[in-house]
Amino acid sequence: MTAMALNRRYSLAPLVGLLSLVIFFVLIELLIRIGVVNRFIVPPPSEIIASFSRVILEEDILHRFVLTATECLTAGVMLTIFGVAGGVLMHRFRLLQQACETWVAAMASAPTVLMYPLFLVIFGRSAWTIIMMGFVAALPPVILKTLEGLSSTRRVLINVGRSFNLTPSQQFWKILFPAAMPTIFVGIRLGLIFALINIVGVEFLINFGGLGALINELAERYDLAGTYASICFVILVSVLFFMSLEKAERWLRPFE
Amino acid sequence: MATNTSQPILVVEHINVRFETPDDGPVIAVDDVSLDVAPGEFLSVIGPSGCGKSTLFNVMGGLLGGYEGRVSVAGETISGPHASIGMVFQEESTFPWRSVTDNVAFPLELIGMPKDKRIERARHFIKLVGLDGFENRYPGELSGGMRQRVSLARTLASEPKILLMDEPFAALDEQTRLLLGDKVLQIQQDLKQTTLLITHNITEAVQMSDRILVMTYRPGKVKRIVNIDLPRPRTSEIVGSEAFGRYVAQIWADLREEASRGMKDDETRTMRVDEARS
Repeated sequence: MTAMALNRRYSLAPLVGLLSLVIFFVLIELLIRIGVVNRFIVPPPSEIIASFSRVILEEDILHRFVLTATECLTAGVMLTIFGVAGGVLMHRFRLLQQACETWVAAMASAPTVLMYPLFLVIFGRSAWTIIMMGFVAALPPVILKTLEGLSSTRRVLINVGRSFNLTPSQQFWKILFPAAMPTIFVGIRLGLIFALINIVGVEFLINFGGLGALINELAERYDLAGTYASICFVILVSVLFFMSLEKAERWLRPFE
Repeated sequence: MATNTSQPILVVEHINVRFETPDDGPVIAVDDVSLDVAPGEFLSVIGPSGCGKSTLFNVMGGLLGGYEGRVSVAGETISGPHASIGMVFQEESTFPWRSVTDNVAFPLELIGMPKDKRIERARHFIKLVGLDGFENRYPGELSGGMRQRVSLARTLASEPKILLMDEPFAALDEQTRLLLGDKVLQIQQDLKQTTLLITHNITEAVQMSDRILVMTYRPGKVKRIVNIDLPRPRTSEIVGSEAFGRYVAQIWADLREEASRGMKDDETRTMRVDEARS
């Protein structure tokens, strides 16, 4: 296949993606209109679109959007720093790895969101409760993926470092860490997904702060179209974070 | 002992390596192997799979401890990786996150050479292995043969007294292997680089070496040393010569018996595993 044909295929991909989304919404709209799907459970997409202006103007969406995004960003920065450091420590100290790996893995699948009353007691009804819930829930995948990335560094690369007489610090910064980078990014991406789910979830549960609280309020008012419109903004936060992460990854790893 | 008339730069004396294996108990991987390499000499170590060639490579490179015997470089006994020894590995070992220039400049970066100077030096070695024009490419954009040349250039950039290579072209096709052999020969002749090649490929060994050390199958011992009296400078064209064919036949006669023992041993081990499973 020629480069031009490949380029055309890649430029077509977002268009096809958008088109399939439009087809999906048209189908839902049709199913609701002919009565197959109950409009009091799933509002018609046309109503959701119409409710956007109302949600933006009346519900202070920008402020809530920024609030949720800031909470996500703070949790994301914290989990990158502490998660990567945790993984590195577990890789460095075999005893720590043997002692902790199992329960860190168990923590990854635990419904930590149910611990929100404890966090409320510790941090109060504040943004810190939400951030810490997101952080704690998202920490295990970052730790585990960092550990996996470092442990699966190809033996030959380590031997190259040894043959050049690298110090342990050089071995880490010049070989182990860059070799583990792709897996660490997978961990951060997973961590961000966990963090966003938990942040919006806790906002919803404690009815405080950003988009999660707004979804709660609109659902309480039985404003289904508004609720779904707010969910779209949560998706927008997610898209923004993933695009930024992709950009950071491309900057750090230009060879990919 | 494999000897040469000039004062040797690398001396390996009575190396014994034993491994503890879960299935077969203690295994003698290398049994009383001694060899020496003169400055500028090209020595190949050839043997069937499992004869301890790579173990010997790791011992000489200082990557493996716990052996009996002594390895010395220019009279100095070594017990770990040594700046005088540069290693090229069998597996693909370029750093995928570094461009060709940055890969080759790696050892120069470690000694703190200023950036502009190390890039200039790296470009010299990139040209030496015939990769000029690919300086800014990443390993992922190169073929297997090109990546092995990057590894070779990176090792040469550290200007080692001895170049140790462990089957560097094992994963490549025969034509690429012959052409890369030409490249290595040319570099070795230009730099008068002392080289020790570990290989299981007879053609490759005869094409490049001054001497070939043939090893036995487990335990790995020195079976014979063959002096290759072919004219230099050599290229892969020598492969078609009658003298070349004679050397290949002579080494194969030595290796055949060892390779057959290795094959039988593999079959016996597989049957034993099958029996244990059933």
